[in-house]
Amino acid sequence: MYPNTHHKPNQPILDVSNLTVRYNGRVALEDVTFHLHEGERVAVVGPNGAGKITLFKVVAGVLQPQIGEVNIYGSRPRGHVCIGYIPQRSQVDWAFPVSVADVVMMGRSAKLGPLNWPRKKDWDTVNHALETVELSNLASRQISQLSGGQQQRMFIARALAQEAELMLMDEPLTGLDTPSQDGILNLLDRLKQEKVTVMVATHDLDQAASHFDRILLLNHRLVAFGEPAEVLHTDNLISAYGGRLKPVDGQNILNIDDCCEEGEDGHAH
Amino acid sequence: MDTLISFLITPLQYEFMQRGMLAAVLVGIVCAVVGTYVVLRGMAFFGDALAHTILPGIALGYLVSGGARDTLFWWALGTAVVAGLGIGAISKNSQIKEDTAIGIIFAGMFALGIALISTVRNYAVDLSHFLFGDVLSVSTQSLWLILIFGGLILLTVFAFYKEFTTLSFDPVLAATLRLPVGLLNNLLLTLIAVTVAVSLQTVGVALMVAMLVTPAATAYLLTHRLSHMMILAAIFAVLSGVIGLYLSFYLSIASGAAIVLTATLFFMLAFGWKSLKGV
Repeated sequence: MYPNTHHKPNQPILDVSNLTVRYNGRVALEDVTFHLHEGERVAVVGPNGAGKITLFKVVAGVLQPQIGEVNIYGSRPRGHVCIGYIPQRSQVDWAFPVSVADVVMMGRSAKLGPLNWPRKKDWDTVNHALETVELSNLASRQISQLSGGQQQRMFIARALAQEAELMLMDEPLTGLDTPSQDGILNLLDRLKQEKVTVMVATHDLDQAASHFDRILLLNHRLVAFGEPAEVLHTDNLISAYGGRLKPVDGQNILNIDDCCEEGEDGHAH
Repeated sequence: MDTLISFLITPLQYEFMQRGMLAAVLVGIVCAVVGTYVVLRGMAFFGDALAHTILPGIALGYLVSGGARDTLFWWALGTAVVAGLGIGAISKNSQIKEDTAIGIIFAGMFALGIALISTVRNYAVDLSHFLFGDVLSVSTQSLWLILIFGGLILLTVFAFYKEFTTLSFDPVLAATLRLPVGLLNNLLLTLIAVTVAVSLQTVGVALMVAMLVTPAATAYLLTHRLSHMMILAAIFAVLSGVIGLYLSFYLSIASGAAIVLTATLFFMLAFGWKSLKGV
């Protein structure tokens, strides 16, 4: 009933080639090609509506591309249960009557299989995931009682319980205070040690430069992909952000007129 | 004390009251459990529309059988499942907005049902029976059907509890976990449809949505756990059924309306208590 594709040896964790996606006649992604190494942390940066979330949904196997293909360890995403999608907090129904542990256990749904209820092994996995994100003491709380940073960590715990090897995070740092952001960033470091590959959609170029191995600059097309120093120079940013970017004359200071955090095109269906 | 006991016992001396009480309790439990998902997924309008959409099916069965009521359950069941999956498909693929599409279908089908029934001479009596239910005329045979299909619904919810919950909370997670999302969605629509058919005699098509939504919404106000919400909703539904039937007996008011009014009163109390406790 629930497919589970096995990984082929010697294949990149994520291989995206010639990807083109259209929504209602509008081009969301055009001819995007790149591949990721295992355990990498990649920041996906671009203006609103650049197709970041569309890219995540295609990689997660939730959306089908018109042209091109995505391979996870050598086969199409739809058979894999190792891809964790972590939604933006504004997309979640926080009044839903579930506890933190319930949500994390949802990550086990596929591994459990149909008609099975959680066993001790599953609770162990959930408890371990909660310990990793330091939420053990809040496990029985209803989810709306958590702070923003705790909510974000809960979803990372859910992806851990899912045994995700590739985590896709939609704006995990948006709207969090600095200590909470640091908490998430520390967690990303920890995931790297455990060879989890992470893609994070973000608006913050400073954080992208300081906390990620590579930056993928996207504006429907892939503008640039590489280490922060090579990606974040003025020409690339101007071609990604276009008119919304105002170079302050004579210096390497950029002002991005892009304060809006929600309303990505990718949320439309 | 004796007066209280006789107050409670007197109605139960009648067999129709015993059967009615049993039907109200069974239907209440089933509606409350399925209604929990209806409330959490914001499907109240779908449930209401579905209940109204089955009227032409019932009317057709009624005309074909020459006014007999025993076979109506099967007509209701068949129409409800077709209508449930049909509305589900239309609202997914429609070019106009989902609620508008549902509204058009539901009113059109409802009108067709009224038109069909109006071809019979004493139609006002029968129509009101379908619209508002008549739990006190439940036959032993109907009671068995309620028990069997109600049991099947509860078993299915129990079996797919974690899938339904995951799907309702986060459809994208369900998709990345490769759960059969389309199949589960249709299964849930089918469950709601069967629930509507099972509940038809108790509250009728017009008040059906109250059975699906009100006890579950009352429980939603009072608990933060899904399993507790289901149990609490079932308790409110059973209490509403029993108290409603006593009210119906002593005040001579329509049984379906009495049950729904009691359920509404519970909701208002919970709402008031929650507001007073204040946040």
